[in-house]
Amino acid sequence: MSESLIRIEAISKRYAARDGTVTTVFDDLHLTVERGEFVCLIGHSGCGKTTVLNVLAGLESVSDGYVFVGGREISGPSLDRAVIFQSHALMPWLTVMGNIAFAVASRWPGWSKAKVREHCQKYIDLVNLTGAEKKRPSELSGGMKQRVGIARALAIEPRMLLMDEPFSALDALTRGVLQEEVLRICAETKQTVFMITHDVDEAILLADKIILMTNGPHAKIAEIVVNTMPRGRTRHDLHKHPHYYRIRNHLIDFLVDRSRAFDQKSAGSAYDPRNPPVVMPGLDEAALAVPDAPVWPDEKAA
Amino acid sequence: MRALFESWRAPVLSVLIFLLFIGAWHAATLPIAAQQTVDAEYAKLVGKAASTGQKSTFPTPADVGAKIWQHLHEPFYDRGPNDKGVGIQLAYSLARVLAGFMLAAIVAIPLGFLIGMSPTTYKALDPFIQVLKPISPLAWMPLALFTLKDSMTSAVFVIFICSLWPMLINTAFGVAAVRREWLNVARTLEVGPMRRAFRVILPAAAPTIMTGMRISIGIAWLVIVAAEMLVGGTGIGYFVWNEWNNLSITNILTAILAIGLVGMLLDLSLAYLTRLVTFPE
Repeated sequence: MSESLIRIEAISKRYAARDGTVTTVFDDLHLTVERGEFVCLIGHSGCGKTTVLNVLAGLESVSDGYVFVGGREISGPSLDRAVIFQSHALMPWLTVMGNIAFAVASRWPGWSKAKVREHCQKYIDLVNLTGAEKKRPSELSGGMKQRVGIARALAIEPRMLLMDEPFSALDALTRGVLQEEVLRICAETKQTVFMITHDVDEAILLADKIILMTNGPHAKIAEIVVNTMPRGRTRHDLHKHPHYYRIRNHLIDFLVDRSRAFDQKSAGSAYDPRNPPVVMPGLDEAALAVPDAPVWPDEKAA
Repeated sequence: MRALFESWRAPVLSVLIFLLFIGAWHAATLPIAAQQTVDAEYAKLVGKAASTGQKSTFPTPADVGAKIWQHLHEPFYDRGPNDKGVGIQLAYSLARVLAGFMLAAIVAIPLGFLIGMSPTTYKALDPFIQVLKPISPLAWMPLALFTLKDSMTSAVFVIFICSLWPMLINTAFGVAAVRREWLNVARTLEVGPMRRAFRVILPAAAPTIMTGMRISIGIAWLVIVAAEMLVGGTGIGYFVWNEWNNLSITNILTAILAIGLVGMLLDLSLAYLTRLVTFPE
């Protein structure tokens, strides 16, 4: 069996408040990501999603546990793992080309200016920003800024992409377009992606594996949902696939009810944080025929 | 047409205010009306002045205008230590201000970087800065004269010390306030400390640093006049004091105008440089 690209072992994060009380954000998380996989982590705000991503990026440290990338324990940020920030984090004094070139020149310090430019141009073209090379971030729309962020992350040819709710600040139309572009680019480049989101449809469209995280404090990985819809999904026909609503209902059920109520007791003794249950609601024929269908107040009266 | 009119409104108003000011000045310095009852013998003694009234002791706008014209014609003449053109005096002052200002920048910007990057250094140096900052730069003058034993160097030192604080504080603040996300980008790109300082922190903090430099040059130009009045010898401050001893109010008024104009030019040039490094968010 080949080594997973990412292996997270028993990580937890605790903060000590000033009065000495300790808050445990998440506890005993175990997780693996295979090469070429697109993984989404979904959960409510405050469950420590962003902390997990920052740990993977090397920007934050854990209180306990280990994170291995390519079989080696990580000790800090690395050019292997490119981050796409929610706030795009472009440097406003640099042009589009300048922002990407800064990353490329950091990755390959020995490259000539011409080579750096040529390499940047390739990624500017890839995210459809051709013609905007000399623009400053302040002259770009939100969607274009995030395209620059994506190009900057991809241009350093990382082993994996880490995305922290990259589309949450965008309007719905732009978000849809960018999601499809990310799908296309990841299919072309066979990128491994770890993405944080709280958008169920985004997760179903993009991810091969959706990790459900319970509410914090003491957040845990409740389940791993395998997206059984084949790759090559598009926004256009996603909802026509028979698996779509089963997966969607499962995720929404989780986010609305189970993410709050989940604990070791309700999960039963079979729950093992090292191997959270892997479920495939898409294949579950009965999933749509909800046994305890809610009764609306009107119906009850009638 | 309307837009053209509106864009000219403010300049026209400025000219009107200027003319009104000159008019008021002129009216206030008109020769005092002749007294009707003049002692005949006194009139004989003082001649025409008794009947035409007395000229105001304060110069009229025309007097000052003539003086400015004369200085403009010959700004750089040098007829000994007490008779140099306004241009030469301004050049001396400017040279001192720029020397002190540059020295302050060389010290304040790297030190400010250090303070801004390290909260410990910031806390350690903060009490010193807080005590040293409010000291009038002229209070350092005797100490400077005593230790440096040279009036010229002392004046430069005084400019140095007054330019230092705004630049130091603004640099430290600008560096400390660099957005976390830009630093995180640099971290994920494994950018080395020098490259991070020059390519991320410096451009991010540059507008704040430049604002500090602009405040500094303004203070330096204020202080140099007072400093030169004390140390004497050369400079526009010395010129003003010297002309006070000569009781030449026209020369003093000319110098005041020149000080104002040069100060404005210094501020404008720093404002221009600030605009160059400012980035729109």
